[in-house]
Amino acid sequence: MMGRGRLAAWGLGLAALAALPFVYRDPYHLHILVLILIWSFAYTSWSMMGRFGLVSLGHGGFMGIGAYVTALLWNHLGLSPWIGIPISMAAAGALALIVGYPCFRFRITGHYFVLVTLALSGIVLQVITATRDYTGGSLGYTPNRTSGNKLLALQFDDKTTWYLIALAVWLFGIVVWHWVDRSMARYALEAISEDEDAAAAAGVDVTAEKLKITLLSALMTALAGAIYCQYQMFITPDTVSGIAVSLQMVFAAIVGGLFVSLGPTVGAIITILLAETLRIGFGTQAVGWDNLVYGVLLVLFIIFLPKGILGSLLDRLKPQRKVPRAHEQEAVQVVRPGA
Amino acid sequence: MLEVNGLVKRFGGFTAVNNVSFRVDQGEILGLIGPNGSGKSTIFNMLSGTLAPTSGSILFAGHEIAGLAPHRIINRGIGRTFQIPRPFRRLTIFENVALAGFYGQGRRSRIKAEEAAERSLAMVGLPTDRHASVDGLGAAGLKKLELAKALATAPKLLLADESLGGLDEAEMDQAADMLRNIRDELGVTIIWVEHIMGVLMRVVDRVMVLDHGEKISEGLPSAVAGDPRVIEVYLGTDAETTQAAAAEARRRAGG
Repeated sequence: MMGRGRLAAWGLGLAALAALPFVYRDPYHLHILVLILIWSFAYTSWSMMGRFGLVSLGHGGFMGIGAYVTALLWNHLGLSPWIGIPISMAAAGALALIVGYPCFRFRITGHYFVLVTLALSGIVLQVITATRDYTGGSLGYTPNRTSGNKLLALQFDDKTTWYLIALAVWLFGIVVWHWVDRSMARYALEAISEDEDAAAAAGVDVTAEKLKITLLSALMTALAGAIYCQYQMFITPDTVSGIAVSLQMVFAAIVGGLFVSLGPTVGAIITILLAETLRIGFGTQAVGWDNLVYGVLLVLFIIFLPKGILGSLLDRLKPQRKVPRAHEQEAVQVVRPGA
Repeated sequence: MLEVNGLVKRFGGFTAVNNVSFRVDQGEILGLIGPNGSGKSTIFNMLSGTLAPTSGSILFAGHEIAGLAPHRIINRGIGRTFQIPRPFRRLTIFENVALAGFYGQGRRSRIKAEEAAERSLAMVGLPTDRHASVDGLGAAGLKKLELAKALATAPKLLLADESLGGLDEAEMDQAADMLRNIRDELGVTIIWVEHIMGVLMRVVDRVMVLDHGEKISEGLPSAVAGDPRVIEVYLGTDAETTQAAAAEARRRAGG
């Protein structure tokens, strides 16, 4: 349960975040914050599955579908993103179920699951690139600027609006994370991640529980892709889909901390700042360096800090919870026989 | 309450269970014994849905359950424990049992699941403290946890798989008493697979003996313990102690 103090801290923090763009108006810094918030939401979406050992490298695919389907529907059919985004989310969800069901039904787990999802990312990237007559291929794609109602087209010119939208979406992700964290589904998924047979023997429908969290995660990731597209007004297959984006999600979630709600957010702050620093410091000389740094850091984190930066920090700060040892429990039974 | 007819399980060319039929009555404790590899665990796995039978029928409370998924079978009232305890170490002791209480009873209510968890933990003698970690449990504690998980699913039939291996004598007696209490107080019917004959014979109402996947004997503990075929394939030098235990149990039951 969330204590009163923590609730107050969240409230204060959120109020400060919401007030920020009205006090501080530097567009570049706001731009960086919007990116951090949107990617935080994407990483949080990934971690909803990832924290239960369902390591997906297919989320680049879901994000790509969210971005491209929304943009394509707008440009070709004139469908407002308010309708296009739910459609794109449904498409990503359907794909998640189509790939997930056979995986879970036939117990494709661990490395094999990673490989299947890796293929999913690759396929979505290939499809976007190959259908270049519609999607612009690897050159990228731009949603048409609206001449009418900006709200209907979900296109805004000022950073403040986007900052508030991104903040709301990010907050939604955190709320969903906590909702799952406190649900019985979390128990079931933790159990499944350890021992599927034993989970089934406790009455858990293993396939259904895995499908549910996969669906939720995919829907949220597609939403992240669509919001990213509406904000940037330019997408390329490499920035919203593919294996590189999937790996970036894995990296950020693990480095920030998989098992705490703000872990992926910390991961996003690190990845975005790293990418920006390299871009500004080294310009075009440093293209691809961020991926190199991610790779090295990922190896180091998995070995030395598997709970991630925020997770390890919170562990340090938290007063050690007293765990009764076996002999203490026996003592309890001696004192209270039959207890 | 359970009626098994012509149950067969083949793994490729190997027949693990060959045409086994038996029935278990409401409120009974049936002992299931036999040498390693005789098919006891395979039968348990079919009853609990982990394995689908090659052929044969399993009627539980009048309904065919052969081949149903494990979670469906549990929701119909068959709970099981595993030979080697399989706790979820990422959850606390309480969460382990509450999970079984929630999903094992058809995901009805979280409050009811937590109540079931408290009752089950108290029944097996584990602390109901919500933060106690599984890592603090020893061999006996893990077996109790296994039992508590099964009980929290509110089973009508409990499949208890070798609950006593690795315990000392006092712990064994305690565990045997616990199974009897579960039957007496909760009215749970039990099938018990166990290798330690002395304890088993004192608790069960009837015994069924398997060898090479076939049923070779069935009946009252005293009769089975004296069956020459059972002595030959399974009891061996343990025959005398087993018979003594069975005889003592009969005396106590009679007196």
